[in-house]
Amino acid sequence: MIELNQFLILSALLFAIGVIGIFLNRKNVIIILMSIEIILLSVNLNLISFSYFLNDLTGQIFSLFVLTVAAAEAAIGLAILVIYNRNAGSIEIEKINALKG
Amino acid sequence: MTAQLLTFYLFSGVILISSLMVISTKNPVHSVLFLILSFLNAAGLFVILHAEFLAMILIIVYVGAVAVLFLFVVMMLDFKTSINKDNILQYIPIGILIGVVFIAELIIVLINTKFDLSNIQVLPNPLSDFTGKSNTEAIGSVLYTDYILYFQLSGVILLVAMIGSIVLTLREREGVKRQVVSEQLQRQGKIDLVDVKSGKGVDI
Repeated sequence: MIELNQFLILSALLFAIGVIGIFLNRKNVIIILMSIEIILLSVNLNLISFSYFLNDLTGQIFSLFVLTVAAAEAAIGLAILVIYNRNAGSIEIEKINALKG
Repeated sequence: MTAQLLTFYLFSGVILISSLMVISTKNPVHSVLFLILSFLNAAGLFVILHAEFLAMILIIVYVGAVAVLFLFVVMMLDFKTSINKDNILQYIPIGILIGVVFIAELIIVLINTKFDLSNIQVLPNPLSDFTGKSNTEAIGSVLYTDYILYFQLSGVILLVAMIGSIVLTLREREGVKRQVVSEQLQRQGKIDLVDVKSGKGVDI
């Protein structure tokens, strides 16, 4: 029988892979957006596994809302990426320094 | 080792490997394809967890819409990425450090904690009423009653995202002749409607 901890460890590993992807990547923003999708997937996995092991539907409902927000975020992020690429000519992260931060 | 456990390890192994490939491949198209693979296997895990509806939604929404959107953008934009190796290697130590610290903390917590779920007081348990029903039916009967406000709010979020992305990517080009139907219809006195007899022709 699968235990809850196995799912939680898997989801923690996935979350960490997403975080590492954000830090490691310096080429283009698209990989960062995909890392955010991986992070949200791990959160969904967490919610659904708790929903199953607690025998409670609320986790699945929350996961549905997380899916909605993730889809909206991907759409807006990609739109911003497209117009940034149109204006600046490149989406390399190291060259995005207009604010001199 | 039951079949369920084997399936779990298969799916989770493929998820981990493919998401590692997502963040490590050079080619963004390969990254998107590995992301799709990882979503598909996550849908398999959701089926193991008896969340069939969400598994199908994950396949439809993520693989069918979001990943294809990513693929569109990756293929339409022309990335002129000039990659120099030493610059990339510069960020590997900090990335690995943060990742290892994060994984270590979470796993130490998870290994040392044995969740005793029987002691957790869950608020009025929605699933117990739906023993004979399918997962989709149960979600529907909770989502459209108890969570109707949040459901509609997520609809508003999607509407805002749609309007936002359309407004962001819309651009007015200078010097493009296009048809404006309202102006066309407002022209008065410049149009004559002539009833042309057949075979006669008309003088203009």
